[in-house]
Amino acid sequence: MVLSLLKDFYDYFVAQDLFTKVNKKQRRLAGIYIHIPFCKQACHYCNFHFSTIMKGRSEMIEAIVLESRQRSDYLVGDEVETIYFGGGSPSLLDKEEIEQILAALTEQFQVNGLAEITLEANPDDLDPEKLQMLKEAGVNRLSIGVQSFREEDLRLMNRAHNSEQAHSCLENAKLAGFENITMDLIYGIPGLCNQDWRDNLERFFAFDIPHLSAYALTVEPKTALAHFIKTGSYAAPDEVQTAEQFEILSALCTERGYEHYEISNLALPGWRSSHNGNYWKGVKYLGLGPSAHSFDGRNLRRWNVANNAKYVKALRSGENYFESERLSTEDRINEYLMTGLRTEAGCDLDWIEGEFGLQLRQQLIKAASPYLETGKLMVKKNALKLSLQGKLVSDRIISDLFIV
Amino acid sequence: MQPMENIRNFCIIAHIDHGKSTLADRLLQYTNAVSERELQAQTLDDMDLERERGITIKSHAIQMNLKLDGKDYNFNLIDTPGHVDFSYEVSRSIAACEGVLLLVDATQGIQAQTISNLYLALENDLEVIPVVNKVDMPNANIEDVQDQIIDLIGCKREEILSASGKTGEGVPEIIQAIIDRIPAPSNDGGTKLKALIFDSVYNSYRGVVAYVRIVEGQISKGQKIRFMATGNDYDANEVGILKMDYEPKASIGAGDVGYIVTGIKDSKEIKVGDTITLATDPCEARIDGFEDVKPMVFAGLYPIDTDDYEDLRESLEKLQLNDASLTFEPETSLALGFGFRCGFLGLLHLEIVQERLEREFDMSVITTVPNVSYYAFTTRGEKILVNNPSDLPEGTNLDYVEEPLIGAQIITKPEYIGPIMNLCIEKRGRLQGQTYLTTERVEMSFELPLAEIVFDFYDRLKSISRGYASFDYQLGGYSRGDLVKLDILLNGEKVDALSSLIHRSKAYEFGKKLCAKLKELVPRQQFVIAIQAAIGAKIIARETISAMRKDVTAKCYGGDITRKRKLLEKQKKGKKKMRQVGRVEVPQKAFMAVLKLNE
Ligand SMILES: Nc1nc2c(ncn2[C@@H]2O[C@H](COP(=O)(O)OP(=O)(O)O)[C@@H](O)[C@H]2O)c(=O)[nH]1
Ligand code: SF4
Ligand SMILES: [Mg+2]
Repeated sequence: MVLSLLKDFYDYFVAQDLFTKVNKKQRRLAGIYIHIPFCKQACHYCNFHFSTIMKGRSEMIEAIVLESRQRSDYLVGDEVETIYFGGGSPSLLDKEEIEQILAALTEQFQVNGLAEITLEANPDDLDPEKLQMLKEAGVNRLSIGVQSFREEDLRLMNRAHNSEQAHSCLENAKLAGFENITMDLIYGIPGLCNQDWRDNLERFFAFDIPHLSAYALTVEPKTALAHFIKTGSYAAPDEVQTAEQFEILSALCTERGYEHYEISNLALPGWRSSHNGNYWKGVKYLGLGPSAHSFDGRNLRRWNVANNAKYVKALRSGENYFESERLSTEDRINEYLMTGLRTEAGCDLDWIEGEFGLQLRQQLIKAASPYLETGKLMVKKNALKLSLQGKLVSDRIISDLFIV
Repeated sequence: MQPMENIRNFCIIAHIDHGKSTLADRLLQYTNAVSERELQAQTLDDMDLERERGITIKSHAIQMNLKLDGKDYNFNLIDTPGHVDFSYEVSRSIAACEGVLLLVDATQGIQAQTISNLYLALENDLEVIPVVNKVDMPNANIEDVQDQIIDLIGCKREEILSASGKTGEGVPEIIQAIIDRIPAPSNDGGTKLKALIFDSVYNSYRGVVAYVRIVEGQISKGQKIRFMATGNDYDANEVGILKMDYEPKASIGAGDVGYIVTGIKDSKEIKVGDTITLATDPCEARIDGFEDVKPMVFAGLYPIDTDDYEDLRESLEKLQLNDASLTFEPETSLALGFGFRCGFLGLLHLEIVQERLEREFDMSVITTVPNVSYYAFTTRGEKILVNNPSDLPEGTNLDYVEEPLIGAQIITKPEYIGPIMNLCIEKRGRLQGQTYLTTERVEMSFELPLAEIVFDFYDRLKSISRGYASFDYQLGGYSRGDLVKLDILLNGEKVDALSSLIHRSKAYEFGKKLCAKLKELVPRQQFVIAIQAAIGAKIIARETISAMRKDVTAKCYGGDITRKRKLLEKQKKGKKKMRQVGRVEVPQKAFMAVLKLNE
């Protein structure tokens, strides 16, 4: 309980950006992302980088550790507040592997003792022993890929778990003493009607979990799903239904006290994701592992090669394994608009004016005016924000505001 | 310089795909005009666009040298295009030659368009050497094709050569015939320079390069030349002959085909068909040039970015240098802003101009609905030329409209007469004659409205006849037609660039198809869009584009940010290229919807 109070406090600080304000002179915040590129089987909709071939797993962990050593100067003077194991399926890792990575991180970097350490987990991996082991290894936040409680949805998406496991993993996680839990749900699945979606949300509420990431099913190019839709063996997601389910999501969660703090993220007060929140605030982060992205908090983004073998080989031989991009002023403005508008806080017009000048502020207001008129955008306390209807077409709005 | 009697200037007339470019390659090879390395298939098709499409669009000239019986000969070969849209290019080549190889595919026989080009050659007193090509093909029908040729030009069977561009068979005989049968150029004894400009190109370093046939006199590097049409004088910075590249010479003389580098930067100064003479010692009269071509089809061309209007004008001027059949004049459109109404020989020509603008001048354009030119008669008795549907007088001012007609000849096999007849009737045509050229070949003559053959006629003719129909036409007179102006409205606003003139009997069907096509091409927006087709105040077709309900990225975390930003930037750039009609954003390709109605 004390821990959760502390966490509340911490979240409040993060939300208000107080750390950056308070710590400006002393120590900057940073996060670390570790990409674990293995999965048991390929979900039909997935376009992340992963391999279902487990061979070379220990070499991969070694390479990730090696990368953390090579890049130890990346976070000099920064305090690591969040660590995030993503993938792929990090829940495939065993205790030694997680400890090995975490030990390397604490060795190389200034990791805060209260750091949020999140691990993405698939329900089929979360038996009581695994959960106990994760806890012992130091993981203090779980992000569970439930996606749906309905068997037919899970089959359609080719998830590795079943409906029964979707339920039991959450119980097990709570029994193991995890409080800080988030889960993923997907809506807009062909065959998932609005009532089914409400039922899924009710089941989520029943577990009393403080955080939810809800994603509209997206047909990414070159995925199995895209192929099945093209050949007609699957129906395409229905746009109107997806929009309605987004509205249902927001309404039901708000009723239950969840804050819709980012387009796809909802949390009870005090339980927002610090790690993800930092992406949207432009906080520095280091990404380790194949396909992982890093950002220096100012204008340099870089990303590792999205190929397991190439990544391991390059790290061993000292070859180059990443590409980078320096952001122009326009890029920075566009990124701020893109990430900021998706959040509850919106885009701070005063900050924009201070950073990029009055002219840009005026230009943005002008570009925003058609949307301000229709109520899709609004200005509140000098922040430009999306309304619920605006969120539904946010890509279009954001692109219209872009400077190109 | 070569004595005139050792020069031969000739071109090759052939229907598309009858093997002209391939045979030209063999001739070049035989005379060592190009090295093996330079010889790619269809060497003369040097425009990228030509290679990709496998058709010759422009005429090209090249000189070959060879020694035969102790004499040094210069051959100037001018390659010509085969598509019906480009007959005009052929006529220019013919004017620069004394002889022509009439090439006929042994498996296909004579085609309508070959005939019209052949007559052009005969009118110009060119010596015709008939060649039956592709004799290596197992289904070659040499004797039948010879019969057709004999019917057509009344030559003797022995005068017809057989060849294969593929194997090289018959090439030495062709060379010999060129020497023996095509007359050397002659002059009327005049000594003052007279050079016919048969083509020109713009080169950003050297200015305009004129391709000329010297008819009389000679020209040397550095001399002052005069363009007789304008009376303006320039320097001949360089003169020479055309090999695979320019080959500079001290001078070129009567009978030669060559080039003159003029240094002219303003493309309006030079006109294909004009005569060049010496400023210091001018000749009396111009050579009879060629008539200005009449454009058949008109369409508006607008810069995608309205700021590029002046650049578009410059690009069109430069293109016109090399494509004398292109015409243009400024116009404005409510939907598209400032642009040009351009005249083309046909839709293929339009397409090629558009692509050349894109490739050679980096100019993307929006093209409006193409139309032919009409005469409108007002109730006050005025006669108005209408090249743009928007110019049609409104309402009660309009008395009636006349549309252009063509006389068309179609040569086909008897079994396709039925389907072709149906097609022509559907296209409002009238059969005017039917003659059997042989038992296997029949020539049908029709009178058709030009507007009806502009769209999808040629392609449909080819498909219903499985390629066994050839088509040629000449502009005829005008006749009164029941034509109406069909407007397209987006959310109630008329889009002038999508208006068209159309026969009343087809307006309903056309309007329906056009609305449906636009529904495909106009992206969904955040509000409902009504697409309507109207004649006057009467709506005859309607489609609705529903509002975009959802356009949102699911995940936007560390690794998604760069990719997503680039995607949205690209969207914004695409949007910048769209045109605003009221609140509706209309993409470039929607303005071309008419051309895609049957896709
Ligand atoms: N078998 C055979 N094919 C030929 C011959 N000449 C040309 N072709 C083929 O016919 C097609 C058209 O040739 P091309 O020279 O481009 O014709 P053009 O359109 O008249 O210039 C090409 O596929 C050639 O390879 C020939 O003598 N024999
Ligand atoms: S488990 Fe996650 S990363 Fe792996 S295939 Fe499924 S969605 Fe993709
Ligand atoms: Mg050719």
